[in-house]
Amino acid sequence: MYLRDAPGTHPPLDSPAYKSTALRHPSQRPVLLPQKLTEITGPLLGEGRLGPNDNDLTAHHAGEPQGQRIIVHGRLLDDNGIPVSNSLVEIWQANAGGRYKHVRDRWPSPVDPYFDGVGRTLTDAEGRYTFTTIKPGAYPWQNHDNAWRPAHIHFSVFGRSFTQRLVTQMYFPDDPLFGQDPIFNSVPDPAARARMISSFDMSRTVANWALAYSFDIVLRGRDATPFEEEVDDE
Amino acid sequence: MTTPSQTVGPFLSIGLPWPDGPTVVPEGTPGAIRIVGTVYDGAGQPVPDALIETWQADPDGHFDHPDDPSGPLRKDFRAFGRCPTEPDGSYWILTLPPGAIPGQAPHIDVSVFARGLLNRVVTRIYLADDPADPVLASVDPARRHTLIAQPTEDGYRFDIRLQGENETVFFDL
Ligand SMILES: [Fe+2]
Repeated sequence: MYLRDAPGTHPPLDSPAYKSTALRHPSQRPVLLPQKLTEITGPLLGEGRLGPNDNDLTAHHAGEPQGQRIIVHGRLLDDNGIPVSNSLVEIWQANAGGRYKHVRDRWPSPVDPYFDGVGRTLTDAEGRYTFTTIKPGAYPWQNHDNAWRPAHIHFSVFGRSFTQRLVTQMYFPDDPLFGQDPIFNSVPDPAARARMISSFDMSRTVANWALAYSFDIVLRGRDATPFEEEVDDE
Repeated sequence: MTTPSQTVGPFLSIGLPWPDGPTVVPEGTPGAIRIVGTVYDGAGQPVPDALIETWQADPDGHFDHPDDPSGPLRKDFRAFGRCPTEPDGSYWILTLPPGAIPGQAPHIDVSVFARGLLNRVVTRIYLADDPADPVLASVDPARRHTLIAQPTEDGYRFDIRLQGENETVFFDL
């Protein structure tokens, strides 16, 4: 059994400031789903999902991408502090100018032929992951007048159970665009919001090579009481 | 304290789809069923920038996971499926029918991600109605049909309506 997230951690699906939620949020209350075998298990995806250099987004082409080279690293943990080892972490992002390599991204900032913006890796035994990439740029969108997304990297993680599945965005410290961004601000609790912001990490910078940011991802923790009995009861 | 969820945004198809994502079992697997469906928004328009993920037991009711000690798993069965929606809002998954697990009718757990969804929504595909299933029994009878897949020639259809008339039942985990 996995414990619930604290109130205010996740954005309400109906968040009017983010206009695309208007026709996409369910209007009925969700029905409580007891956590049984299907929910406490989940895909444990391993090495078969990785290609060479998947954790170095600067190394996918013959040349190097434009922009500030950065190392993004951190730990995948549960809320009891237990690392999630050997677990798939997937990221995607815009290039240094804030442009995604996607047919539907048409804003007038150039595509970088040497940057796809997709990465994958597995956490190690301590739940650690590392990517080498380019610091993404901010980009405009149509949500409101002169709207800009703060620079971010999209993260997708599985944890160990269907219940722990999480997709989030990692932001960068002190971004002046936070105040006007309805997606960042959709998280009700300011302390929870702050947990989406990476920290500049001097200790992991590489001289003459790359800056570094650290970002830990914390998933729902297990209840300490044994859950097997509850499952067998049924 | 846990990390908040954020939307996958409009460009999820850069990062999340896998070439073999929809094939939980390889094409040509005997007994495989094709589940197809369309994701609709509250105006009845297809949602072209969503991603469907499925998680299920194998036909014997076993999960590929250490927390299910029930028995050995089938070969060539990933249990997990993943498919982005097409411009017409459609998705597909090729899989084997899930077996029953103790106390529950056969079902597939589903996550839906999309631009405009700040967190995933979770639903279940049942291949048949079963009044004895405790989860189905907990759902408003007038809405229960939204969880039951409709048989097709080579499998089932399971449409997902995020909002409005015949809104799919979503679950709180
Ligand atoms: Fe984005």
